[in-house]
Amino acid sequence: MITINHATKRYGSRSVVNDVSLSIGEGTLTTLIGANGAGKSTLLSLVGRLLEGEGEFLLEGKRIDRYPSTELAKRLSMLRQSNHITVRLTVAELVGFGRFPYSRSRLTAADRRIVSEAIEAMDLTNLSGKYLDQLSGGERQRASIAMIIAQDTKYILLDEPLNNLDMAHSVHIMKLLRTLVDERGKTVILVLHDINFASCYSDAIIAMKDGTLVYHAPTDDVITPDALQQIYGMEIPVCEHRGRRFCLYHL
Amino acid sequence: MHRYILLTLVVIFSLASLSLGVISFEETTMHILVQSRLPRTISILISGMSLATAGAIMQLLTSNRFVTPTTGSTTEWAKLGLLIILIWTPQASVVTKTLFSFAFGFAGTISFLFIIKRIKLKEATLVPLVGIIYGNIIASIATYLGYQHDLIQSIQSWTQGTFALILKGRYEVLYLSIPCLIVAMLYANRFTLISMGREISISLGVRYQATLYVGLLIVSTISALVLVTVGVIPFIGLVVPNMVTLYRGENLEQNITTIALLGGLFLLACDIISRLVLHPFEIPISVTASIIGCLLFILLIVGRRRHAA
Amino acid sequence: MQPRHTLTILVILVALSAALFLFYQLPGGAVAYILERRAIKLAALIVTAVAIAISTSIFQTVSGNRILTPSILGLDTLYLLVQTLLMFLLGAKSLAMMGRISDFLLSVAVMIVFSLALFSLLFGKHTMPLTMVLFLGMVFGQLFGALASFFQLLIDPNEFLTVQARMFASFNSVNTALLFSSSVIVAAIACALVFFLDILDVLSLGRESAITLGVDHRRASRLFLIIVAILTAIATALVGPVTFLGLLVVSLARQIAPTYRHSIILPTSCLLSMLFLIVGQLLFERIFHFNTPISIIINFAGGIYLLSHLILRGTV
Repeated sequence: MITINHATKRYGSRSVVNDVSLSIGEGTLTTLIGANGAGKSTLLSLVGRLLEGEGEFLLEGKRIDRYPSTELAKRLSMLRQSNHITVRLTVAELVGFGRFPYSRSRLTAADRRIVSEAIEAMDLTNLSGKYLDQLSGGERQRASIAMIIAQDTKYILLDEPLNNLDMAHSVHIMKLLRTLVDERGKTVILVLHDINFASCYSDAIIAMKDGTLVYHAPTDDVITPDALQQIYGMEIPVCEHRGRRFCLYHL
Repeated sequence: MHRYILLTLVVIFSLASLSLGVISFEETTMHILVQSRLPRTISILISGMSLATAGAIMQLLTSNRFVTPTTGSTTEWAKLGLLIILIWTPQASVVTKTLFSFAFGFAGTISFLFIIKRIKLKEATLVPLVGIIYGNIIASIATYLGYQHDLIQSIQSWTQGTFALILKGRYEVLYLSIPCLIVAMLYANRFTLISMGREISISLGVRYQATLYVGLLIVSTISALVLVTVGVIPFIGLVVPNMVTLYRGENLEQNITTIALLGGLFLLACDIISRLVLHPFEIPISVTASIIGCLLFILLIVGRRRHAA
Repeated sequence: MQPRHTLTILVILVALSAALFLFYQLPGGAVAYILERRAIKLAALIVTAVAIAISTSIFQTVSGNRILTPSILGLDTLYLLVQTLLMFLLGAKSLAMMGRISDFLLSVAVMIVFSLALFSLLFGKHTMPLTMVLFLGMVFGQLFGALASFFQLLIDPNEFLTVQARMFASFNSVNTALLFSSSVIVAAIACALVFFLDILDVLSLGRESAITLGVDHRRASRLFLIIVAILTAIATALVGPVTFLGLLVVSLARQIAPTYRHSIILPTSCLLSMLFLIVGQLLFERIFHFNTPISIIINFAGGIYLLSHLILRGTV
């Protein structure tokens, strides 16, 4: 369980996240949505302790900043958007870093197995010996996700993981995240721009606008024309296809 | 409005500068005034105004507020040019020396612009850092040549800019900066436009390359003139334009007179301090300008940080 | 080539060049004395080489930037300023009595305090980008230089001359006692680093990945920057500024050993750095008989190498 109490992040006089309180249950896939600059990424970074702000952030009842760094890294991992890495690393080496909280740099046989599983899950087996700077943007993105999977934490935060990915890989990753939640009891929180992915795969949706929380509800309660009008300030028809709701905002 | 205040201050400081000297004002003859004091005050004013303007132009040409002729390798190239002409013909006239260091400064700055266009630098402060690395390379060539020809002493004397040696008949070449300043005023708007990038300026009908070269010509001429007559005076090209743009934005056409006047004022003030602190001795103005300029610049950066936060 | 082979070859090359440095052109008489002088100089070259190579590579890792070096922080002019001030305040005689070790330690302490004060801007409430801090460091460097020349004007010219030699450090005038204390510090730091190599590896992934992987980024960077400050200060006080040596050798090391592992990058850089300094000094002193300081050539070659590397790659 992740609990956020009165999270606020200010830059000068402007608050990007303004007094947000919510809690997210175990074993769920929750998506953060909202317009540009709504504060989604900032909120996620605050939970992932990449940013410092006001408020209280609890992981399983204990304040995040009270955890020893390594202990927290075994429970919570986070992928930032535009995670550009400047060192020359192969895919396998990068994913291997996911085991750092457990084994530092001396990987055990079990670590190696987890690493190669993560690489395989991200469809990167053929590329595992390649250097990151030889890969396309989408392949690098998948390598970063593979590292997070290898870190094997109970809580996973992903900031726009579908960036740079084509349709097939996007669907593949969303399905994989769903499996992690359903079969391995992980808790996944992610920021998505494609609202239809959010609608199809998440258990709950957190909607933000101008730094404040607008909705935190089961997916079907948020994917309605009224709620979307409030979140995005535009008229968005919603239709159903094979039992899922889709937003048609393109016209 | 502020321009008139600045102008008044410049006049007051100029008079103060004229009245300063080893011999008290009452005893000062017309002869001393014409031979030494007037040339000195005029050359300080011209150098201050043109160095500040050159700094402002350089910042627009590179779209970076930390680049000046000194951090953009122009000065190092100009020094190398001066050294080479001194090795080649030690008896060269002021005009030849100026021409040589101008040519080197011009070519060198073009090469610096080429380098920073080639390297995609993510952070603004990396541009002057690359400029300084580049300047260091050029300086090491100069130092090597200096060692080989026993000219280290003269290199050091240029680095210590001073107005103490300015006399009638030895500074007049500085007047050539005035046409540069006039051209700079005429082109001010175009410099602002090209600082927004090649595409934008071309789509707004500005001839990018031509404007760039005009700017470079002005910057290298000014650098060479001041180097040959006075020496290197650091920081003025960095501090003065940054102080003005912090409060008034980066539109050069609006700021150019303010920048020039403030530059003149800054250097006059430095010169007066240089002469008063150890009276009757005199501190080289480059030392005073560095100390005051550094302190102002540090305040500026810290202040901007507070401002932004 | 395997990294281990690269290292072996480098070790052999360094050993060869050191032997050459000691025994080449050994004159007939006073062999013991000359050997001792050369050994001291060799030790100074090695200590400097290690200090510069380690500080530059750690600095680049912590800053995530390949063209930065702590040598441009303005420490050399700060050293000059400390020396000038001591001379100004104490006079040449008392300064001579103060002894070189306390003078050395004082200068190193001042340089460390200054670098740490600068680096603290990186971690304060309003954090400043690292490049900005470096730029500020350079501006401070100019300020120190100007202040030093100001105080030099106030010093009696005769006194100034007698102590001037002391201010411009070089490989030719290394003091044995200083050398001993600095080699102890450098060796201790190098040994301690062995335990932190994997943390450095993680830091090279960048701040965010490091935090996610459970490294306390702020504490780790602070620790490493302290090490950088100490090493840079020692190298500067020992032999003066050799600005581009670090950039040159670390960049070359990354070329011949393309790996992220600091267990390989650090020794490769150190060995390359030794090789450069020893061979450079040998060529200079005994083969070409140049009267130019070696640092000029290093700065020239290092600067050219770095710039052409940047231009060819087109990015930092």
